[in-house]
Amino acid sequence: MPASTSFRIVLTEDNHTTGYNMQEITPDDTPVVRMVGITKRFPGVLANDNVNLTLHRGEVLALLGENGAGKSTLMNMLVGLYRPDHGEIYIKGKLAEINSPQDSMALGIGMIHQEFMLVGNMTVAENIILGMKDLPFVPPMAEIKKNITELSKRYGLQVYPDKIVHDLSVGEQQRVEILKLLYRGAEILILDEPTAVLTPGEARDLNEIIKKMLQEGKSAIFITHKMDEVMEFSHTVQVLRRGKSVNVCPTSTIDRIQDLANMMVGRDILFSLDRGPYKPTEVMLEARNLVMECIAGGGKRILDDVSFTLRGGEILGIAGVAGNGQQQLTEALTGLMLVNSGQVLIHGKDYTNKTPLQIIKGGVSHIPADRGRMGVVGDMSVGDNLSMKKYRTKELSDHSIIKRSWVRLFADRLIETFTIKTPSQDTSVKFLSGGNIQKTILAREIDSCGGILIAVYPSRGLDVGATEAVRQNLIKQRDMGNAVFLVSEELEELLMVADRVAVMFEGRIMDSMDVKDAKTEELGMLMAGVERRDI
Amino acid sequence: MRLALEKRDSKSRKMTILVPIVSLMLSFLLGAIVLGLNRANPVQTYIAMAKGAFGSQSKIQFTLVKAIPLLLCGLAVGIAFRLKFWNIGAEGQYVSGAIGITWVMQFWTFLPNWMFLPVGIVVGVLFGAIWGGIPGVLKAQWSVDETLATLMLNYIIIGYAEYLYINAWKAPRGNMGTVRYPEFAWLPRIWGRVHAGVFFALILVVVLWFVLYKTRWGFELNMIGKNQRAARCQGVSIKKNIILAMLISGGIAGLAGAIDSAAVTHQLTKGVDAGYGFTGIIIAWMSGLNPIASIFIALLMAALETGSDALQITLKLPAAMGEVLQGLILIPLLAGTVFTEYRLRILSKHKEISA
Repeated sequence: MPASTSFRIVLTEDNHTTGYNMQEITPDDTPVVRMVGITKRFPGVLANDNVNLTLHRGEVLALLGENGAGKSTLMNMLVGLYRPDHGEIYIKGKLAEINSPQDSMALGIGMIHQEFMLVGNMTVAENIILGMKDLPFVPPMAEIKKNITELSKRYGLQVYPDKIVHDLSVGEQQRVEILKLLYRGAEILILDEPTAVLTPGEARDLNEIIKKMLQEGKSAIFITHKMDEVMEFSHTVQVLRRGKSVNVCPTSTIDRIQDLANMMVGRDILFSLDRGPYKPTEVMLEARNLVMECIAGGGKRILDDVSFTLRGGEILGIAGVAGNGQQQLTEALTGLMLVNSGQVLIHGKDYTNKTPLQIIKGGVSHIPADRGRMGVVGDMSVGDNLSMKKYRTKELSDHSIIKRSWVRLFADRLIETFTIKTPSQDTSVKFLSGGNIQKTILAREIDSCGGILIAVYPSRGLDVGATEAVRQNLIKQRDMGNAVFLVSEELEELLMVADRVAVMFEGRIMDSMDVKDAKTEELGMLMAGVERRDI
Repeated sequence: MRLALEKRDSKSRKMTILVPIVSLMLSFLLGAIVLGLNRANPVQTYIAMAKGAFGSQSKIQFTLVKAIPLLLCGLAVGIAFRLKFWNIGAEGQYVSGAIGITWVMQFWTFLPNWMFLPVGIVVGVLFGAIWGGIPGVLKAQWSVDETLATLMLNYIIIGYAEYLYINAWKAPRGNMGTVRYPEFAWLPRIWGRVHAGVFFALILVVVLWFVLYKTRWGFELNMIGKNQRAARCQGVSIKKNIILAMLISGGIAGLAGAIDSAAVTHQLTKGVDAGYGFTGIIIAWMSGLNPIASIFIALLMAALETGSDALQITLKLPAAMGEVLQGLILIPLLAGTVFTEYRLRILSKHKEISA
């Protein structure tokens, strides 16, 4: 075994062949969108500093940048959620005054936000027409449905107008969002990290859909921080860094993905992580035949006979498309959900269906999937959030009384150690960026860790710098002899960070293997539910 | 010209203080309109109200006597509201406390004289706690909506109290009301009409302030109220805390009922549901759930009540005017809290002025 193992992102030729043929694009001369000298200041932050942006008809522009680089701010000004302090926006050559999303829709601009704006208990058709102004009091649903079906056929967006939205998969919901915009006649689509929630297959479908729309003369801007997507999807790439536009160039002129990464963060990014040798110790966390049944759905199994072992000094990665039971598995391990049968063993002792507090005391730390809703209390300060595990220990409180002065020292130490960027420890957590919120959680969980760290999608939605910090920290825990249970939807991350990978599909663990034996294609098949023996 | 709200980058401290004060002034302005519609001179009316509330020693005493149960009910509601448990049943828990103390006073005759008052108060607190605990358990165990549960429980206990003072526990003389408590069991007065209940209320303010802001349990309540799922992930038991908080909330409202019975009415009779529990909701909300701020808001609400009683006599205006004003205070306040996290921008064609 080598003393230091490193993994690299490999962009195969394949990725490029699925992209567009750049020569086909002949941009129209008048740009459909021209943003000139856009400056937007928020209290204390210059979110956009004299940014220019040009989008032509039939063009896909990738807007690349770290979290907080100003991508979303720029786009929110295009759809009327914010107004620029300075600068002008021209749509199809005409100066436009965009004060609201209605104004932007009237100009043919529509945005698909990261969090979908759909009403779960209404049908697809109802969602599509919801909020449209020129409808009669009783909308002619039959006609509307016909139009929707036609539109969906035209773009290859398979959608059933009568289905209830909350029965749809995330990919299908995204299609409804796209359809909603197309139905209203959007010419310019803005997509905010469209593939973050999709399976590889769904991402490919989205690619096809966008291609069709381009053929119809529509244009798109998409916000992303995934570099391989830039290469795959776009004609032009524009890089923002700290509110400034640092580069605009045709995607075809980019030779090395590394160059893009450097432009984005302004320094060299480690694509391989230093790690010590793999020296697994005793079993720290074990699941035996866990079964969890759906409360409502007549015995449907959310977890189906799940077993695994996790040793100290080891990172077990759980691969799989989101929604195949990974989150329920972690909630069962952390005591947030109950299992119907099976056993959870922590350091060899039975912790099945114990309370979250007992499990925390048993030595388990948890970085939850939804950091805003489960990881932090947004309205409480950074200092309070950092102390949410240890407030009950002698380190921060004397009997039942929390010692504020101890908390202050403690919080300052963690803020420094984990380089959390915050004006002060008294700032409410919700005012921090996503990356710094995650660092706050990481700091709290790692500091209080009693041997086992469960991390669920820890780098989801984070920029390159913060992602790297998260991964480094997980590896550091492993090198210190702790056991790390890592759920991720990015194979690349698992291959880079984990020692062993298990694949979950429909509540089952399909297979598990050492990372050094794992092949991307094979894992991909397992994620899609294909048994190993069938491969 | 257009108006737009923009998110602030942190909570504005200035606004947190300014909003309640401006809201108060706005509500008096709104009240002036209502008074104007009733052909009353607003300035004259407000002066009459101020005189009615603070015009003489005995008037100040009346106001203080009302402020005691109001403050206690505000504290009671505030505890539940910290958990985002919408306890609008303080009124019922108050009545429950009054029933509790009356039961002891009337039927626990085996007690030595000196024990009537303390035991009566303790039983009143327990009765209030039970009446608050029921919706707490319902919510914690079966997710029963607390707003409806607490509201409905009000009507049940108020109706039951009525049955007791008109029927089951009615004193032999008169057509309603229980037998008066023995005089040795009354809560002593300390200044005119003002009774020792004021100490209970003020001590409780200090205790609650300490518990809520300094202890682990206060920290847990804060976490649950601001993000229940995150609190659960951190190992805080939601069920246990909801039940505990409701026992305490109900207990404090019960204490208010017991104290007012032992010090003011000396019996259970018509008017026991005086609305202190409902006004407590306004107090809790206006004070931002801060026990110390509750003292001042409770005084203000008490002054509005005694002040408007005076209106009836001096200006021949309905006493309900005070309730109208109480209600009017809440509307600009609720609308105004948005400014603590957002700022208003006035968008004109070419220039922008931030407010």
